[in-house]
Amino acid sequence: MNNVQTQREQARPGFMTLIKSYFIRHAQVFFYSLGQISRTPVATLMTCMVIGIALALPTGLHTLLNNAQQLSGGWENTAQISVFLKKKVSESQAMKIKSDIQRWPNVISVHYISREQALKEFQNLSGFGDALKALNANPLPSVLIVKPELTATTNEQTTEKLLTKLRQLRQTDKAQLDMQWVRRLYAIMNIIERGVQILGFLLALAVLLVVGNTIRLAIQNRRKEIVVMKLIGGTDAFIRRPFLYTGFWYGLFGGLIAWLLVSFTILSISNPVEKLTALYQNQFELNNISFTTTLLLLLISILLGLAGSWFAVGRHLREIEPQ
Amino acid sequence: MIRFVNASKRYSSGFDALQNINFHITPGEMVFLTGHSGAGKSSLLKLIALLERSSRGQVIVNSQNLNKVSRRRIPYFRRNIGIIFQDHQLLFDRTVYDNVALPLIIAGYSRHDIGKRVRAALDKVGLLSKEKKYPITLSGGEQQRVGIARAVVNKPPLILADEPTGNLDPELSAEIMGLFQDFSDVGVTVLVATHDIALISELPYRTLTLKAGKLVNDTQPHE
Repeated sequence: MNNVQTQREQARPGFMTLIKSYFIRHAQVFFYSLGQISRTPVATLMTCMVIGIALALPTGLHTLLNNAQQLSGGWENTAQISVFLKKKVSESQAMKIKSDIQRWPNVISVHYISREQALKEFQNLSGFGDALKALNANPLPSVLIVKPELTATTNEQTTEKLLTKLRQLRQTDKAQLDMQWVRRLYAIMNIIERGVQILGFLLALAVLLVVGNTIRLAIQNRRKEIVVMKLIGGTDAFIRRPFLYTGFWYGLFGGLIAWLLVSFTILSISNPVEKLTALYQNQFELNNISFTTTLLLLLISILLGLAGSWFAVGRHLREIEPQ
Repeated sequence: MIRFVNASKRYSSGFDALQNINFHITPGEMVFLTGHSGAGKSSLLKLIALLERSSRGQVIVNSQNLNKVSRRRIPYFRRNIGIIFQDHQLLFDRTVYDNVALPLIIAGYSRHDIGKRVRAALDKVGLLSKEKKYPITLSGGEQQRVGIARAVVNKPPLILADEPTGNLDPELSAEIMGLFQDFSDVGVTVLVATHDIALISELPYRTLTLKAGKLVNDTQPHE
């Protein structure tokens, strides 16, 4: 008996063997779980497609929003106040006001457009040149273009104050800030961005549930195997491992499908978008999904796959005990 | 190796499966556990394998008090017990080799060791030539021998068998019992639960008899 016992002790795997076989085991399960899901390609593809479509939606919207923000990013700096002077204001008076305003705080520059200049510009740009020639007098006022300072320290209120001050000038007929619509656009984009975030969160939750449910079914299908594993001394971690890796694969493939969907969609609309912006005399190229976004997308989808299977395994593994 | 001290098992339904059981099995001993179905044989084996916990009293296996084995430690505890079932509990989507290798994979043996040990265990039960077959293609007796190979492959000091010959004809049953005797001869403790009185009476081993949850007889082998 003693002899047998010592033989047995020596035969147990050593510490280094255990460490080594732990990593080998992980690698094996990694590919084993891939083999398992590839045995049912249709079911696997369907699950991955659901994950892919769910993730493609917020990712695609996010990418489009990024493009819109990039396109409108320079517009904030083009803010300017047009001060239309009364018609009776002469050119020399206008020049005096111009130099006055230039000394005000929060003003970068003031540009004077005389009535003649305005008429010429209008004739060139509008195409109504011949119609204007028919008029006896120049209908256009002279204009001061005031560029307000827009830095981190200035805000909307300082610009508003400047606008009020300009309006209060005796010589001013009308002053308007050519910025409102940019502001409104930004506000709308902020709302859309928030909407995309909420949508993304809800769809991430959906992915979690899809993976969780798929893994739950896998656990039920392999109930017998789990019972046998428990009977012969398999730890919870050992039994959990293949299911976690299955969740990993679902996440990875779902993420890749989402990436493909978004890339192809943006590729297919980029040509029409370029044509559209060309009509606005604008050079604009639609950016496809960026490298960082791609990495983030894959990371999130893998994490969702792992988390979904983790919840399912945690909930259902304990219920299965050998009888 | 196994000691029961006033051990009782009452299920949550109120059914008393075992009442005040006391016995001691020494290392290397081979013992039969018998009684009618429902007498408590399975419950007793379940207490030893920690598939159930005793409601009262102590169960000590391999000098471990099972009341003190935490849920987390149960897998490690079970690795020292080879369990054999009437319905074999084999995995039908894996080959004979992979079925037998499972306990070694779980315990973290190296690939090389696994190959050696699995072949040794299969050789012992006479199934070396069938390692690449799937269990479903084997006969009932062969499937049971695969189950035995899996139970002994990591050389546990204790083997539990629950009705191992339940579905086998007498000749095959005797063959299986022969295997258990061999294990006992090299120092392994063997506890076999069976209601096959005819088989037991031919063999010179100690027999524990259960009746309605009580230990009614503990007979030493007749010479």
